[in-house]
Amino acid sequence: MSSRDYLRQLPSHQRGPSNRDLAFRLHIDAPLLAGLLSIMAYGMFILYSAGGEDINLLMRQGMRFLVGFTAMFVLAQFPPRTFRFWTPLLYGIGLIMLILVLLVGIEAKGAQRWLYIPGFGRFQPSELMKIAVPALAAWFFRDRPLPPSFRDVAIALTIVIVPALLIGKQPDLGTALLIVISGLVILFMAGLSWRIIGAAVAFVAVAAPLMYFNFMHDYQRRRVDTFLNPEADPLGAGWNIIQSKTAIGSGGIDGKGWLNGTQSRLDFLPESSTDFIFAVLAEELGLLGILLLFALYLFVIGRCLWISYHAQDLFSRLLGAGLAITFFIYVLVNVGMVSGLLPVVGVPLPLISYGGTSIVTLLASFGILMSIHTHRSLMG
Amino acid sequence: MRLRDRQRESQIIQTRLVWTLVFVVIVLGALVSRMIWLQWVQHDRFQALADQNRVQTQPIAPPRGVLVDRHGRILADNQPDFSLVVIPEQVRDLDAALNGLRELISIDDDQIERFHTQLKQRRRAWEAIPLRSRLTMEEIALIAEARHEWPGVRIEAEAIRHYPHGDLFSHVIGYVNRINAEDIAAMDEATLANYSGTNFYGRAGIERQYEKRLHGKVGYRKVETNARGRVQQVLEEIPPVPGDEVRLNLDLDVQRAAWDALGSRRGAVIAIDPRDGGVLAFVSRPGFDPNLFVTGISLPDYAAYRDDPDRPLFNRALQGQYPPGSTIKSMMGLAALEAGVTDWQRTIRDPGYFNLPGTTRVFRDWKRGGHGVVNLHTAVVESCDTYFYDAGLKMGIDHIANFLSHFGLGKATGIDIQGEMTGILPSREWKQRARKSAWFHGDTVNTSIGQGYMLTTPLQLAQTMVVSARRGKQITPRVAMNTQPPQPKNHLVLKNPDNWQRMEAALADVLHGQRGTARAAGRGAAYRIAGKSGTAQVFSLASDVEYKKLDVAERLRDHALFVAFAPVDNPAIAVAVLVENGESGGSTAGPVARAVMDAWLLDGKGDLRDLSKPRLQPDKGATP
Repeated sequence: MSSRDYLRQLPSHQRGPSNRDLAFRLHIDAPLLAGLLSIMAYGMFILYSAGGEDINLLMRQGMRFLVGFTAMFVLAQFPPRTFRFWTPLLYGIGLIMLILVLLVGIEAKGAQRWLYIPGFGRFQPSELMKIAVPALAAWFFRDRPLPPSFRDVAIALTIVIVPALLIGKQPDLGTALLIVISGLVILFMAGLSWRIIGAAVAFVAVAAPLMYFNFMHDYQRRRVDTFLNPEADPLGAGWNIIQSKTAIGSGGIDGKGWLNGTQSRLDFLPESSTDFIFAVLAEELGLLGILLLFALYLFVIGRCLWISYHAQDLFSRLLGAGLAITFFIYVLVNVGMVSGLLPVVGVPLPLISYGGTSIVTLLASFGILMSIHTHRSLMG
Repeated sequence: MRLRDRQRESQIIQTRLVWTLVFVVIVLGALVSRMIWLQWVQHDRFQALADQNRVQTQPIAPPRGVLVDRHGRILADNQPDFSLVVIPEQVRDLDAALNGLRELISIDDDQIERFHTQLKQRRRAWEAIPLRSRLTMEEIALIAEARHEWPGVRIEAEAIRHYPHGDLFSHVIGYVNRINAEDIAAMDEATLANYSGTNFYGRAGIERQYEKRLHGKVGYRKVETNARGRVQQVLEEIPPVPGDEVRLNLDLDVQRAAWDALGSRRGAVIAIDPRDGGVLAFVSRPGFDPNLFVTGISLPDYAAYRDDPDRPLFNRALQGQYPPGSTIKSMMGLAALEAGVTDWQRTIRDPGYFNLPGTTRVFRDWKRGGHGVVNLHTAVVESCDTYFYDAGLKMGIDHIANFLSHFGLGKATGIDIQGEMTGILPSREWKQRARKSAWFHGDTVNTSIGQGYMLTTPLQLAQTMVVSARRGKQITPRVAMNTQPPQPKNHLVLKNPDNWQRMEAALADVLHGQRGTARAAGRGAAYRIAGKSGTAQVFSLASDVEYKKLDVAERLRDHALFVAFAPVDNPAIAVAVLVENGESGGSTAGPVARAVMDAWLLDGKGDLRDLSKPRLQPDKGATP
């Protein structure tokens, strides 16, 4: 049986795209790329309005996209085993840099998040860890029998918790939260028993108030207070949430129209082009605009999960799912925060919000997913 | 074995992947339902909130009606004023900004304190608080140059009241000043809404009396503002209805003539046209500059007025109560004729004093040695006290009180200015009530020459002349034109109306006769004047501590009074003049009255003008 004949008799999902497909040869997953480009185009469309019709702002955002796409394209060229090989080293370097950040990092807005690397510029190690942490967890479970033993779960948790604590100390609660979740997703994928999951949920429910009273910074505690009761200080801390809910609610079903959102354009809505850009979309394009965005997100996440489902090795499968869910958590936390379901933590709306290194990190992780999908050995 | 493991492991992960997808869909569903809640179910509420954010209804204060004199000349109007305002939300360090501004322009502690009071009060975010008003052009330039250093500091224009004649009309027109919490508390709902954009409120005089007409009706402007309160666009506008122009009976020239005639002396002049009750002049000297009060008088300025021994804030014409002295003798004479205790032929011998029958008590005539043989006519012309002591005692206090009440004494004249004092028209009942004491004959004797308990305001004295000129027909004095005040009905009808004419002849001889007490005032007049001089004794200074510093002898002199109306045969003006410590009614107060009457009655060539026509061409010189 020639290899072509072998491929032909496989079910289509195992066969992969044919060789005629240029994208496949470039190690690009066309549906995923199409989904990402749609989200980005939609994002630029909203950013034009949210940023006050500033073309320069769009140009800078476009530059970031370009850098991100380059990273994605480059990473997609490597087979998954390369990532697997470099994972422990990457994690180790990331961990050291996180410690360095706390020692000699650059401080901005009351948080110490950046490292200055000579010849490279400012760098945010926590972004690296968004990939390295789920990667190491996946790397770890690759050699372990599944479902994981209690000891393995403990080791995996350590892999997750240590960097999360270091990041939380910067403090950067949003990123720490994302990293913890991405690690936990790997654990869940690896078959963590439902009983432990149940126990963990119960534990968090008890521990959360303790965290609030004993370990949180004042500014973090204020955010929680504001979340629980924004009306207590409508002109101060509660302002953001009240204004963003007002923006969303006043948008209605079909919105006020592009460039016509009063909340954002009259500056009632803070951070309207960054963390709160979702409220601009909701105000101007209404529920229909939101449903379109959610559909695009669901398509991208679904595609990523599909890629993971069909990935050929355990590492790829776990890492792919972990990265996909991290992306989803971005959406959940941001939308939850802007619509008043979750406390305010600085998490951008992925691929829509202006600025942030997160665009590059996110696109890099999609590069890994594309690599997973386009480097399949015929042997299975 | 290993291969089997792998398959099982793959299955675990794939099952979990399916669970993950389910989780993603459920969570997205939850987010969508949140959006449906906010955007569909709660849409109206949030729409309203967004509009509340964005749309502001700003009241537009109506322009206050201007005040003009009877010929249309402006007595109070509105002028743009530039004030320095601060938006605290835009200022990073408020204290530093205030100190910096104080280095730039003069701002006193008082204004800083007022600023802080307003800052503490509950207010809208991003609302400007005034810091200093009445910026000069130089100050505006200084601030404009430095405005980049002071974000949140702005110059705003507003229309403020302006009194072009300063203190000339201060006691009649009054003034407006900043509306305060008490004014607002006293308003009903509708009035409050009408005042929502108004910063000023009539505080005294005509400004207070006609506040309602002068104010107008508030307008509204719906504007879209951004989060910093800056107006983006006007959505809708209902213009305000300006306040009415209120035309006053006052005549600028007559007022000024009265003011100038008083000169630097303290006193009051009231001139009323007896034909319609219109107040032509209303002067109380010294006055004050009402412009100082409009945007809030400074403490030093206020202290200067308050501590001035001449009491410039005291409205002598309306609230000063003085014994009328001899100015009421014509009315006493008519009362005596009406009572039948005397007639025009009857004479008495005046030895220079009056002995109260049955007692040893002696009441002196002002003229040592007496006037000799006098009848009623000469008693009026020469102001013989003894004649009136005798007549007063004969007719009795009850008749006097009743008769004089027809001339408006002892009660408010009803002029359209608030705060009028009523004076005292003494009677048995009054003394019993006020002094808890019986009436004695001696009281009657004192009353008959306008001394004793009797007190009148200069306005009331002018009103006695109005009633005299109208031969007993009363009319309410009015500062504003075209108002219908309630008119009194208890007109005085004499049994013998000829007595009016004979008394007018006597009063005319006061100015034009050989022996009249006010000959000086009547000399060279182009018309005949009926008038009467008077002096009011100054009893006590005990309550006026400030007098210590002054020439006490000057302050102990009698007050000079003069009342008159003219022309005698066709009265067109009634005047009362008070000169504090002026001593002689005839020679001090009389010429003041003459100057006022000349201003009203003469034409440009010094002849009596045609009194049936307005003194000036309608609205001549009305253009501001």
